[in-house]
Amino acid sequence: MTRIKVMIVEPSVVITEGLAKVLSEASRIKVLEPVHDATVASERATALRPDVVILNPTLAESPSALLGDYSGPVLALVYQYVEQLRLKRYDAVIDIRESSGTMIDTLIRVAKTVEQGDREATVSYELSKRETDVLIQVAKGLTNKEIADKLNVSPHTVISHRKNIMHKTGIKSVAGLTVYAILNNLIDESFLI
Amino acid sequence: MNTDLIGSSTKMSVMITEHPELVMLLQRMDIALGFGERSVRDVCARHGVDTDFFILLCNVYSDASYAPREEDVLRISMDGLIPYLRRSHEYYVSKRLTHIQSHLGHIAEQLPQRVAQVFMRFFDDYRREVTAHFSFEENVVFPHITSLQEGQLDTTYHIDTFLQSHENLEDKLGDLLQIVFKYLPEQATGDDAVDVVYDILQLSMDLNRHSLIEEKVMVPYVRHLERSLR
Repeated sequence: MTRIKVMIVEPSVVITEGLAKVLSEASRIKVLEPVHDATVASERATALRPDVVILNPTLAESPSALLGDYSGPVLALVYQYVEQLRLKRYDAVIDIRESSGTMIDTLIRVAKTVEQGDREATVSYELSKRETDVLIQVAKGLTNKEIADKLNVSPHTVISHRKNIMHKTGIKSVAGLTVYAILNNLIDESFLI
Repeated sequence: MNTDLIGSSTKMSVMITEHPELVMLLQRMDIALGFGERSVRDVCARHGVDTDFFILLCNVYSDASYAPREEDVLRISMDGLIPYLRRSHEYYVSKRLTHIQSHLGHIAEQLPQRVAQVFMRFFDDYRREVTAHFSFEENVVFPHITSLQEGQLDTTYHIDTFLQSHENLEDKLGDLLQIVFKYLPEQATGDDAVDVVYDILQLSMDLNRHSLIEEKVMVPYVRHLERSLR
């Protein structure tokens, strides 16, 4: 299992050291070298490529202003009064008065949500269920009109699915799509004459 | 004038160093290697190839964006055109396609039988279409050109119907490439798959340039002959 790389941005050495020690109890978490000087946070995030950033929300109006190109999740590290509105800009809040277990759980939960999101984004390169339905009919040699009738959609919709299929697979000919369908077990060769 | 174009005083070896793909043209015009420091003009003269015709083909073949002016095409002797095109066809079918087919055969051995059959049939169909396209050119288009060159206009065929037929063939070769490098099961992607990806890319480029020669040289030339005899 890959470890979750965490970067802490916090001016107080005592708080940073303590938090790092607590989080390091979880074998899944790897705490990167902490950043005490907020002005270098963006640069360090680019260099260290953390999976999660834990940031003291009093350091900046919003996390994006401080972290530059970093686009992963940001947790607010709270040990004093912070406006609720400001905390809304964070993916989650870690309060140092919480138990170590709660802090670790929060962090892992946020990291997992992001992982899943990434997986979904990758899936979108694959054919959708509807596109697969259309592909199967194309591979069987049906015309756009026949496919539209069979799937109960407009021929225009079929054409747009076909464009997406072509774009995603890079395959343009019907014969090529048939090979694709067979290789992916979408149809069996008995459909071919 | 585009100064990057190849000229008759260019050294043949410099031309080949800059455009290695032109080695293919030499072979199709029976120009042997070993030309030392000779210029394009000298090498062509030694092998009885018309220099202007050779340079025209080299420029079209090496630079896809180059479009020769019609008057330049028309003042060049086209005696070598049909022999060149025939030699190219022969090379594609008997050398390249046969070579690719043998790689695909090895790949197919690693596939489940039902998949292998469909896979090979895709290539067989492609090969048949390419061969049919070449045969059409050789049996209809080339005789048409020859009779035009002899001063006879047959009215059954016009070169304007020639264009467009290339696109479909390019698509299928592209599809084959996508299938081989994206969708084959991993156990079938050994050396043969890697080699064949390279071979297909090379053939696509070659066929694409071949089409450009037909479209930018043959078609304007034949259209002019048709017009002048009408």
